[in-house]
Amino acid sequence: MHALANPARFLRIARPLTGVTLLLGVVLVAIGVFGGLLLTPAERFQGESVRILYIHVPTAWLGMAGWSGIAIASLAQLVWRHPLAGIAARAIAVPGALFTGLCLITGSIWGRPTWGTWWEWDGRMTSMLVMLFLYCGYIALSNARNERGSVDRIAAIYGIFGAINLPIIHFSVTWWNTLHQGQSIGFNGSKIAPELLWPLPFTMLGFSMIFVGVVLMRMRALIALNKREARLRRLVQA
Amino acid sequence: MNHWPFVIAAYLVVAAGTVGIIGWSWRAMRNAERAVDRLTQASAADQ
Repeated sequence: MHALANPARFLRIARPLTGVTLLLGVVLVAIGVFGGLLLTPAERFQGESVRILYIHVPTAWLGMAGWSGIAIASLAQLVWRHPLAGIAARAIAVPGALFTGLCLITGSIWGRPTWGTWWEWDGRMTSMLVMLFLYCGYIALSNARNERGSVDRIAAIYGIFGAINLPIIHFSVTWWNTLHQGQSIGFNGSKIAPELLWPLPFTMLGFSMIFVGVVLMRMRALIALNKREARLRRLVQA
Repeated sequence: MNHWPFVIAAYLVVAAGTVGIIGWSWRAMRNAERAVDRLTQASAADQ
């Protein structure tokens, strides 16, 4: 991790990696979506709506993985004063919020034909909505601190404390009696039939690679903005 | 109930969101990196 602490070294790796991750991500998502929409059979109870699984699960995973990334980067920023950690956390926030929002929307669309309702205030959905609000708070906080030019310590502390919501989301289906189904895929295997399951790894990996590509682009933009600001400051002082 | 309109709506929302964030992030990155390049060229010309 410390090897990437130098922005110039990071950019040397990030520049070629941005295009590769995006391209691979799009190809994998295309295979998964094609398989999920056209090749897999309809489910016995849920019918055709089960196909929403192939986009709903990756968006949920990325919403949670995004906040995990913010928490780890915030910890690296506070403990090791890693120069790129704050930039990484800020770069993750917007795509993380987007995928959390997409998870809530696709879940709501899935809920209407299967449960007969767009929304239910149950543990899983409410804790996911709380995470969207946490993301909005983090984005507002990190932008506000940045405008004042001060170190983003408060946003980093907020990022670490916000991670408390992650186990709540994960265990919500166990702790509370919810409308949302329980865990289908775990370390002990899957409850989903293999003929329905196979496109999911493609969309999971594909959307994850797109997420990485987007974060790299946003990190590059933030590094360039910081560099420009520093140079302009030096020009004014000279 | 026909489930296909729900499936199509969900896929369209995710496609729009994903394409949107890729486009927005790419544009922000290009603009920021070009601004740095312009500044570097301008300061090199001054010297």
